[in-house]
Amino acid sequence: MVAAGNVPLLEMDGIDKSFPGVRALVDARLTLHAGEVVALLGENGAGKSTLIKVLSGAHRPDAGRIRIDGQEVTIRSPQHAQRLGISVIYQELNLVPTLTVRENLFLGREKSRGGFFSKRDERRRARELFQRLQVDIDPEAVCRSLPVAKQQMVEIAKALAQEARIIVMDEPTAALTDREVESLFAVIRDLKSHGIGIIYVSHRLAEVFQICDRAVVMRDGKHVATERVADLNRQRLIELMVGRKLDAEFPKRITNVGAQRLVARGLSRGRAVRDVSLTVRRGEIVALTGLVGSGRTEVARMLFGADRPDAGQLSVDGRQLRLRSPRDAIRGGVCMLSEDRKTQGLVLALSVRENFGLPNLPHLSVAGFVRRKLERLRLGHYIRSLGIRVANTEQSVRNLSGGNQQKVVLAKWLEANSQVLLIDEPTRGIDVAAKYGIYCLMNDLAAAGIAILMISSELPEVLGMSDRILVMHEGRIAGEITDVASATQEQVLALAMR
Amino acid sequence: MTSEMRQLEPRTWVRSALQFIAGYRMVGVLLLLCAYYSFATLEEQHQEGEAAGKSLARQIASVAKPPVAVLVVARSTDLDARFADSLEAELRSRGFTVAGKVLGEPRDARMAMKELDQRGVKAAAIATTADCAAWRVFDDLPAKFPSFGAAQILYPKPYRWPSFLKPANLLNVVNQIVVFAVIAIGMTMVIITGGIDLSVGSLVAMCAVFTATFIRDRAGAQSAGTGALIVCALAGIAVCTLVGLFSGLMVTVMRLPPFIATLGVMLIASGGAYRQANDGSIYQVPDIVTWLGWGIGSLGIPRAVWLMIVLYLIAHLVMSRTTFGRYVYAVGGNTEAARLSGVPVKRILLLVYAISGASAGLGGIVLGSQLKSGAPTFGLMYELYVIAAVVVGGASLNGGEGTMFGTLIGALVIAVIQNGMNLTGVDPDTQKIVLGFVILGAVSLDMFKRRRN
Repeated sequence: MVAAGNVPLLEMDGIDKSFPGVRALVDARLTLHAGEVVALLGENGAGKSTLIKVLSGAHRPDAGRIRIDGQEVTIRSPQHAQRLGISVIYQELNLVPTLTVRENLFLGREKSRGGFFSKRDERRRARELFQRLQVDIDPEAVCRSLPVAKQQMVEIAKALAQEARIIVMDEPTAALTDREVESLFAVIRDLKSHGIGIIYVSHRLAEVFQICDRAVVMRDGKHVATERVADLNRQRLIELMVGRKLDAEFPKRITNVGAQRLVARGLSRGRAVRDVSLTVRRGEIVALTGLVGSGRTEVARMLFGADRPDAGQLSVDGRQLRLRSPRDAIRGGVCMLSEDRKTQGLVLALSVRENFGLPNLPHLSVAGFVRRKLERLRLGHYIRSLGIRVANTEQSVRNLSGGNQQKVVLAKWLEANSQVLLIDEPTRGIDVAAKYGIYCLMNDLAAAGIAILMISSELPEVLGMSDRILVMHEGRIAGEITDVASATQEQVLALAMR
Repeated sequence: MTSEMRQLEPRTWVRSALQFIAGYRMVGVLLLLCAYYSFATLEEQHQEGEAAGKSLARQIASVAKPPVAVLVVARSTDLDARFADSLEAELRSRGFTVAGKVLGEPRDARMAMKELDQRGVKAAAIATTADCAAWRVFDDLPAKFPSFGAAQILYPKPYRWPSFLKPANLLNVVNQIVVFAVIAIGMTMVIITGGIDLSVGSLVAMCAVFTATFIRDRAGAQSAGTGALIVCALAGIAVCTLVGLFSGLMVTVMRLPPFIATLGVMLIASGGAYRQANDGSIYQVPDIVTWLGWGIGSLGIPRAVWLMIVLYLIAHLVMSRTTFGRYVYAVGGNTEAARLSGVPVKRILLLVYAISGASAGLGGIVLGSQLKSGAPTFGLMYELYVIAAVVVGGASLNGGEGTMFGTLIGALVIAVIQNGMNLTGVDPDTQKIVLGFVILGAVSLDMFKRRRN
């Protein structure tokens, strides 16, 4: 596909960008040819997002050149970037949820006559776009009502409607099921064949090997390597990203499983969860997996009291728990590390210490007054034992990396004396090196007798970390795999997809 | 280990200093405003009262030797009487002879001088106020009264000083904002949770009217005793607290947006106040009710201002040191994360709206005490000024941000602007326009800085 010798579609060269106190990009480089998919890889904080923001016109670079078709350009604003044929599809899609697909597609660029636009004309063009992408989406559907995968297709269609020639996809598969990922790849291949260049940002290395032609690896804001994907393997890619040799992705663990700790019977809620029963023993890590929408997260939220079940019972160490609110669950020793730390796990406006104390104030206060010294002392203990990297306890959690944020949430729950840990996607958005640290922590916690229920869509993680696997399908537990050591991804998928 | 620990624990004063700097922007604005109005109101000031008497005595001692005779002349006002008394006492203690003391009109001065002239008393000086020194009666003295031929007319030297910075005016500034500032305590909490309370203005009226009717109908009107007054005030505040709690229930149980819930309650409370008052004002209260609104407490600071200071100290402690305060910030910063961390979100919201009702009620008590009555027209548009003070003080309407200290500064900024414009003779209509722009400017500046961080 790569047309050798031709002028590249996009060249970014020597890009520098500093923010107060941070050099986000130092001599960053990226070349993209027409009809090519380039993977942009790196750990969190490596500078991928900043580079994309420079390309999308959201940030002005301090130095460096950007050439499109060999012609140097200065990207002045996101609107200007669009006019230059650059379109960015962010992970948290940029559609107006209350407008229809058609309205979103042409938002800001309605072809109008005297202020009136032709609905019929727009609808016809929308149909053409979806036909080209071979997806079935009703242009008059309200965006909010569409599943994420379809919303993403709308974004891609929007990029095509804008006649984009460079499309950036930021973690496009994060919220997709495997089948949806396949159809996304089909669309990407089609875009390639039409000469569109794609920059593909993902943490999922398997996808890089499936769909990308070349890989650009960044570390600490610098360009580390540009290689043909065919010349790389997974191990090598990780080494490039981390900057050192990595022995194993998952730490070895010795399991010492004890008595039943968490017992749930007959949990049901609407159509999302139907009659789910499960147990987790002391020191056991149980993986709860399944396709997105199969009810995994809903089960965890019920166990934590975040949503009320229609029916079902829960007990911890033989004691019956009421499932009315997270407060009840926390008091009963159950805690949840949610998938989305920023919206559910942490109050970003508060400091590390204040977040840490939030569920623990009953025992860290006297007569309503917070014992701040004690609070700091306890937090200091976890900062050392969990290896949380913070400048000081009063730092805002907003500025911590994903891995450190996850550890702050964990510290908060450990201080609450939790016996049962519900972890939803423990390593989502966390970079490769920090992942290993989180896995080690989970093992340590299990070794200390804590029962862990891990929800994950990453099959390697499921197979590498758990003692037992529960697979959900359409709200029910479709199967259980007890011999994890000899289980395969295919076996899990077969249960998940039926 | 210990050095590591020390690094993890910044000293509390460092934290306090950081918090201060966070509120610094508005402190800077406040100081700039004070500096501007100090400059703009710089003018000749005349000393008055005892201080003037003492300083004039010193002045006389520097130009004349005891025991020469001095005639003291002043008007018959209270202030002038104090001036004359202290002057007389001071002159006597310095060994001067006080030939006479006139408190009255030019005619009285003429008669006194005539009498002294007839008695042949030679006066070396006539000590008077700057005001009286201009009386025509003191012109051409040698011709009119020969024994006053050599008399100097002396009055306290005027000095240049900003009217704005006179202690009386500064106290006036603070006194003006007491009601707003007290209400703003509850409003700050509500806004930190991400809500808003539009009912506070109506609650001010409601509390004043209810308390006044309680006093009139149940505590014996003008003859009500102190204990009964306190009970009536507490009952009025309790009514407002319940109304605040009702707003809280609308927000938490019915899940109404705070704007709508408190808009409804604002109308309800206002209507309730008008009904309770039968559309009129209630004046049947004893004089002692002004104890709070007009009384001067220790250090010469009005009692209402003391009340405000104490309430702000308590509120600051509550917001920065207590479990409740932490929960309020957490609910405003991220309600879902707070709930999932075990914060009793609904209970906190209920409490916060109840506190807002109570602080509005307390504001109503202070206002009623200042105006010695209760009327349903009290507190009109107060909610807007209070919200403005909170927002100018750095709180975010999105919730999660704001401090009590900031709100106090915000209230002071607004009060200083109003007071300054009064002193410089800006008409009330223009004042409103200026104030509107100031609020927009202050908040824009804040947003701009925040975006850059």
